Amino acid sequence: MSDSTTAQHPVPDDVDVRRSDLGNRDDDRVTRRGMTLLARGIREQPRLFWISVAGSLLFGAMTVADAWVLGRATDHVIRPSFERGDVATGALVGAILLFLAVAVLRALGIVGRRLIGGILYYRLVATYRRKVTRHYLVLPMSWHHRHPTGQLLSNANADVEAAWAIFMPLPMAIGVVAMLLAAIVAMLAADLVLTLVGLVVFPVLFGINVFYQRWLSPRVTHAQSLRGAVSAVAHESFDGALVIKSLGREVDETARFARVTQELRDANIRVGRIRGFFDPLLEALPNLAILLVVLLGIERVASGGADPGDVVQVAYLFTVVAFPVRALGWVLAELPRSVVGWDRVSSVLDEEGSMAYGDSGLAGSGPVGLVIDDVSFGFGDAPADGGRDVLRGIDLAVEPGKVVAVVGATGSGKSTLTSLLSRLVDPREGAIELDGTDIRDLTHEALAHAVAVVPQSTFLFDDSVRENVTLGGSHSDDEVWDVLRTVQAHDFVMALPDGLGAQLGERGTTLSGGQRQRLALARALVRRPRLLVMDDATSALDPEVEQRILKALAAHTAGDDGPTVLVVAYRKATIALADEVVFLADGVVADRGSHAELVARSAAYRALVDAYDVARGADA
Amino acid sequence: MSAPERLTGVAIIRRGLALSPSIKDGLWLTILLAVLSTVGGAVVPIVIQVTIDSGLGEGDRTELSDVAGYLAGAAGLIVVTALVAYWMRVRLFVASERGLSQLRIDAFKHVHDLSMLTQNAERRGVLVSRVTSDIDQVSLFLQNTGIMIIVSLGQMVVATIVMAFYSWQLTLVVLVCFLPLVFSLRFFAKRLSRAYDIVRRTVGEMIAVIAEPVVGASVVRAHAVEERTQQRVDAGIQGNLTANVHAQKLVVVTFASAGLAGGLANAGVVAVGVVLGVAGGLSLGTVIAFAFLVGLFVGPVQTATQVLTDAQNAIASWRRVIDLLDTPADVVDPGLDGVSLPDGALSATFEQVRFAYPGGPEVLRDIDVTIQPRQRIAVVGETGSGKTTFAKLLTRLMDPSGGTVRLADIDISTVAFDDLRRHVLMVPQEGFLFDATLRENLRYGRRDALDEQLVSVVHELGLADWFASLPRGLDTEVGQRGESLSAGERQLVALVRSALADPSFLVLDEATSAVDPQTELRATRALDRLLDGRTSVTIAHRLSTAENADRVLVFDAGHLVEDGSHAELVDAGGAYQRLHASWVAQAQLSGRLTDPAQA
Repeated sequence: MSDSTTAQHPVPDDVDVRRSDLGNRDDDRVTRRGMTLLARGIREQPRLFWISVAGSLLFGAMTVADAWVLGRATDHVIRPSFERGDVATGALVGAILLFLAVAVLRALGIVGRRLIGGILYYRLVATYRRKVTRHYLVLPMSWHHRHPTGQLLSNANADVEAAWAIFMPLPMAIGVVAMLLAAIVAMLAADLVLTLVGLVVFPVLFGINVFYQRWLSPRVTHAQSLRGAVSAVAHESFDGALVIKSLGREVDETARFARVTQELRDANIRVGRIRGFFDPLLEALPNLAILLVVLLGIERVASGGADPGDVVQVAYLFTVVAFPVRALGWVLAELPRSVVGWDRVSSVLDEEGSMAYGDSGLAGSGPVGLVIDDVSFGFGDAPADGGRDVLRGIDLAVEPGKVVAVVGATGSGKSTLTSLLSRLVDPREGAIELDGTDIRDLTHEALAHAVAVVPQSTFLFDDSVRENVTLGGSHSDDEVWDVLRTVQAHDFVMALPDGLGAQLGERGTTLSGGQRQRLALARALVRRPRLLVMDDATSALDPEVEQRILKALAAHTAGDDGPTVLVVAYRKATIALADEVVFLADGVVADRGSHAELVARSAAYRALVDAYDVARGADA
Repeated sequence: MSAPERLTGVAIIRRGLALSPSIKDGLWLTILLAVLSTVGGAVVPIVIQVTIDSGLGEGDRTELSDVAGYLAGAAGLIVVTALVAYWMRVRLFVASERGLSQLRIDAFKHVHDLSMLTQNAERRGVLVSRVTSDIDQVSLFLQNTGIMIIVSLGQMVVATIVMAFYSWQLTLVVLVCFLPLVFSLRFFAKRLSRAYDIVRRTVGEMIAVIAEPVVGASVVRAHAVEERTQQRVDAGIQGNLTANVHAQKLVVVTFASAGLAGGLANAGVVAVGVVLGVAGGLSLGTVIAFAFLVGLFVGPVQTATQVLTDAQNAIASWRRVIDLLDTPADVVDPGLDGVSLPDGALSATFEQVRFAYPGGPEVLRDIDVTIQPRQRIAVVGETGSGKTTFAKLLTRLMDPSGGTVRLADIDISTVAFDDLRRHVLMVPQEGFLFDATLRENLRYGRRDALDEQLVSVVHELGLADWFASLPRGLDTEVGQRGESLSAGERQLVALVRSALADPSFLVLDEATSAVDPQTELRATRALDRLLDGRTSVTIAHRLSTAENADRVLVFDAGHLVEDGSHAELVDAGGAYQRLHASWVAQAQLSGRLTDPAQA
């Protein structure tokens, strides 16, 4: 029975399948991975771990001591006082001090166990979030491209939490084991026969807890995944609300939502039935054990084998031990989930590789000359693995200050070419040079300083407009306003409540696609790059706005100081900016020259640039 | 100050229960069972007292027969209360899950009835949480927190009654030890609730910055801002860590103090008990029994702060769901009272129509216009001119704040939704697709369409060659939001879907985003065939759309400022002329490039 078949068809009966799955799953492997995980966590925060374990041991010991003090007090203070009809003051004060001391120490134990244990968990989570995100920043873009965004986000958020969740109940569980041992010892000291009750009841309690969690845990996981499904349907349905409403499909959508919701309801009820059975059982068992202790205790006291205080002590032990024992079950329930979380986290951390940068700077200032020398690039490991390279033998030289348009159909490799220029990826063969220096020899900063790429889709940081443009660089507000004017963004930024300080992103202002693109352009221009690369960077703009931006850009880049420009374009208006056009087809340079020359001699080129305008009606 | 707050909480619970009859029906029996189930815990101290006082305390004079009845009775009671607890829990789970799943469905349906869903993309995430996490919170409350409060209170009340029965003096001792804690619960609960608010806020901030090295990976790389990004991420993680540790401290303080109070109570019981006992007012068994009874207080008080905080959060969630359900659907379906539109092409009339968002300025003013059947209308104007509002009023995605919209001379607000949706269709800018096969997506247009019908519409729109290029045909999985297809292909699917719906009146929002030229060409042709023979209103972003329309409506600052054909308006010296000029500038630029002779 494979996991995937059940995951794809979550039908009510699959729960049993899942359970046997969990049983069949290599328990050894889970345990082994679990132990590695525990060892790693302990190594990471040894001080906090041992303090929390010490706290938990203290708590366990004091819980047993509490019962012991009550037993002692019964036999040596309360009973004698009652029998003699006279308060044994010294002994009474001693007993009370003992009660108080035990209570204080136990409270200390709770603080150690829960507070330090909690800090331990939260620190582990924070540490590994930092590790994972640091890794994201180092791993090459090719790695990023291979992994879905949602997965990477959940690796850094939910998976890290799941991995270390085991550390929440762990100190308590270790304390409970010690507590049970201490309880047995205390019982042995009290009476051998009464100890037998403990020796029977403790393992039974433990066994039921294990069984309970084993049974419950896959069902809880299943309900959790259904919760995800409910959320997914709601998200999709609300996102598509306009389509649903205009097609009048609200009723069908509600029915679709009702199906997953009812599945979740049934799963939750199944979980509820199990909880409803075991929780009362686990409460009743210790109480029944106490009755047994009393029953046996009467005989033991009568036969002189035990004192009444011993019976009181053992009975009391059952009331205080019953609840903490559950922590053992929690640890066992958490272990498989933590291992899965850890597997996902370590799959990121085990990844190696990073983009290696050189140590040269780039001399001079102003526009740079760009040479692309026989460059080939493919996404696979080698061209042999099935497909052809995306780019093959690209040769291109752009003189400083010139503007080159790259034109090609979808899939011709235009965007890949722009990625190569800022080294988001490196060519398989060939080299790219700026003013004669191979860009692989440049430091990361030197390269980023020289080359600015404006991508097709814009990522905005959860930050102010100013920071989104400067990205932390030291640019004056005047400079920022200046580039915002160039990209026709000053009007809408000025209209924002805080202007440059307006917060963007999730909890801030939401911008339209065209507004985002304009900020991306501003972000590139404010850095005064020596090579500006635009990858269809005005596609979401209204023609009028685009027109104004292109004019301003032309003015901006025209000076002696203006950058060399490489622009990927569909629209003729954009192509119009270029001194030269490079026509890419199927990963090779099919032709190059002025627009007019290409139109005159290349039918494919003509078809491509015309198709767009025919569709748009711009040549009507 | 706290009294009205609590009252609101109770009111929310009452209103929430009224909305979910499956939870409310039989709730009193469930609560009664919950209280009964707490009796089992009090049995043990009584047995201890009876046993000890029957002679165990005096060593050798205990007779089993003296207490056998008590033991058997106690065992029976423990088993019975366990069964009662089981019964109570199952009742509770079944009733609450049924009620809440219906509440989820009701809320979901209601969200679709609200026009804000189509107005405000930012609110969608919030609406999703109404039908997911908010209801999960209520479920946690009903199944754990709420019942825990009842069981805890029950347990404490039962313990207090047993105690009071034994000795009012010792009862006083125990209460005095716990009372300060009980009185400070609200204080701690308030602080804890604030602490959790901060935790939630920091979680949001952290998730946002963690997205930067993932979603923004290429920007970070290209601009070499790794260090800055890591600092932001670290700060987000650290903020969350600090907030969590702070909340944990508060939880631990109350947890530990309840334990302390328990120890204090035990010491007090023994001290006072011995003094009273020696004076002859108490038995040995009673004093010991009190030690067991104190235990019944410790657990509830330990968890009380957490429980109160959870309850507050759950009630806040419940309130949000109720508020959502109480938001009246602003666009009301006349339902069975509604009239039907005639078949065939429809005309549309705006009479003195105005529109303002609640509390906002008017975005559309005094619109008077009539659209003839089979007319092709282009609506143009700057962003914010009111052209989109005009389109939404035409399809009754919103209702005007004044005036009347008529279709075929029938007031649109009197037309049954079913009928309206069959005749009038809005095609949004981006072709939104559902995560399903192409077939299922097309069937959103006509739910019972056969494969042959789907394919024949594809052919009618001239998309056969595109369709043939899909390796899996109708079985093609389009992915989330249709992301397995290109933006252009999504538009094609949306057009086929619209054609299947076969409306007589189409309202289109023209796409502005660039797609590859070939697909663009296909879409234009398909659209042309789709509009053929129908009345249509297109929010135009392109010159050709306006030029080819029968009539152009020009909006500016909420007013309909020009109305006429392209030919009439292009030299009229108004807004259209200006708009047109900027389009032409681009076209001329292209023209010059295309034909060097013109330059």
